Amino acid sequence: MGAVEAGCRYYFGYPITPQSDIPEYLSRELPGLNGEFIQAESEIGAINMLLGASATGARAMTSSSSPGISLKQEGISYMAGAELPGVIINISRSGPGLGGIDASQSDYFQCVKGGGHGGYHIPVLAPNSVQEMYDLTMHAFDLADLYRTPVMLLGDSVIGQMKEALVPNPRPVRELPAKGWEVRGKSGAEQRVVKSLFLGDGELEAHNWHLHAKYQVMKEKECISEEYETADARLIVAGFGSVSRIAHTAVTMARAEGMKVGLFRPVTLFPFPEKALAQAAGRAGKVLVVELNTGQMVEDVRLSVGAAAQVSFYGRPPGAGSLPSPEELLEVIRKNYEGTAR
Amino acid sequence: MRKDVLIAGFGGQGVLLAGNLLSYAALDEGKNVSYFPAYGVEKRGGSATCTVVIADGAVGSPVVGQPSVLVVLNQASLERFGARVRPGGVLIANSSLVDVSSLGRTDIEIVSVPMNEIATELGDPRMVNMVALGAYAALTDAVQVTSLAAALSQALPERNHRFIPANVKAIETGAEAARAKKEA
Repeated sequence: MGAVEAGCRYYFGYPITPQSDIPEYLSRELPGLNGEFIQAESEIGAINMLLGASATGARAMTSSSSPGISLKQEGISYMAGAELPGVIINISRSGPGLGGIDASQSDYFQCVKGGGHGGYHIPVLAPNSVQEMYDLTMHAFDLADLYRTPVMLLGDSVIGQMKEALVPNPRPVRELPAKGWEVRGKSGAEQRVVKSLFLGDGELEAHNWHLHAKYQVMKEKECISEEYETADARLIVAGFGSVSRIAHTAVTMARAEGMKVGLFRPVTLFPFPEKALAQAAGRAGKVLVVELNTGQMVEDVRLSVGAAAQVSFYGRPPGAGSLPSPEELLEVIRKNYEGTAR
Repeated sequence: MRKDVLIAGFGGQGVLLAGNLLSYAALDEGKNVSYFPAYGVEKRGGSATCTVVIADGAVGSPVVGQPSVLVVLNQASLERFGARVRPGGVLIANSSLVDVSSLGRTDIEIVSVPMNEIATELGDPRMVNMVALGAYAALTDAVQVTSLAAALSQALPERNHRFIPANVKAIETGAEAARAKKEA
């Protein structure tokens, strides 16, 4: 729904649980909107169709889940190299290999640190509710056009399968530059080329410096995070996506027991909200990172807070029944809270 | 107000539809709702569970460790989740397929309703989920029985709307059976 509201009229994908609700919805909606829905022959086909549609300047998207996202990595790298906008939704599952369909955050590294080759970055957004799936999808299309980059939304089966009330807010108006680079076919005008191949002497290095500069602007301007009860907290719980919802309830329970605990939730995983986290962590002195994996985002937390705070970690690898309950996180909070009293 | 329920059974018993219907009913009453299903890759059989959290304020975690209410439609679900019910909570068991005598819990209220028998008597054993929901609504004040009946048109695809009257009857009969059990 967010994609349709954002003006996306082209979808290319290949079915995989737990994200098939997205193509199911768009296959119904897009034809009636003069759009195009294509079930591709594979995930590789789908990402390259997205590349092609994007090169014409159209708003387009694809979606998949972990193994399918692995297949798309080459295309994502080409899009990053050719500076093509596009939205990729990843409702991840548990791995490695075929794995399972349980909720998992084990693809943080893959999504945030590149995934494909060539040292690129793409913005990665991590919604934690149905409302945010909608709002951030619209935001993703704007970011994609503004920075000429693929953008990924990362969720899991909790975020992808749950149902909640949605307020279909109209799309916020954001000033976007005219494209001017999209290929139009033979028109007699100056030739435009969309490519990731730079053979001239020094051309590729210059291109990479250009991409690097773009990432620095994103880091400066596009970080989003959310804080809950952090002002006087002595312990900050940090988590993204689905686990942040569980942690939110655990923090509320801890507050009811008199513990000064807060929650820090990165909404953008790239760019990672380093400064906001460092501030909150510096005030508290201690950060507990919770993830649905055995420790990935914790590395970015450590880099962000440096020596300003002590960082500990709690997480379990995915598997049926391995989702931590609020009570389980409360117990971990209690243990980590000990010794923080000043 | 924050109420949570875990509904559990085997695939094919309509656990997910029950959670869906409950969610729509609570939404229609103006509540915040989070519905979270968990199921295996099987079309039938295997385990199917869903959690519904209904709140006036923020829903918070869609994952519930110790539900205040547990609805079990089969024995395996009782064995898997019976120990998790929050002390002081309620267990609603489908006594057609579930024997609660081995549970050994005295700190929760246990209400047994022969849901399969009731559904079969009403014409279709597949309505076991509706009987269960009626019992749930009667035993908790999470949603009104009338809200469940009114929400059926949203939770069911249009081709199944012809079954709505029978399902309303199943919800009402489940509610009556649960009330009778509670008073007994």
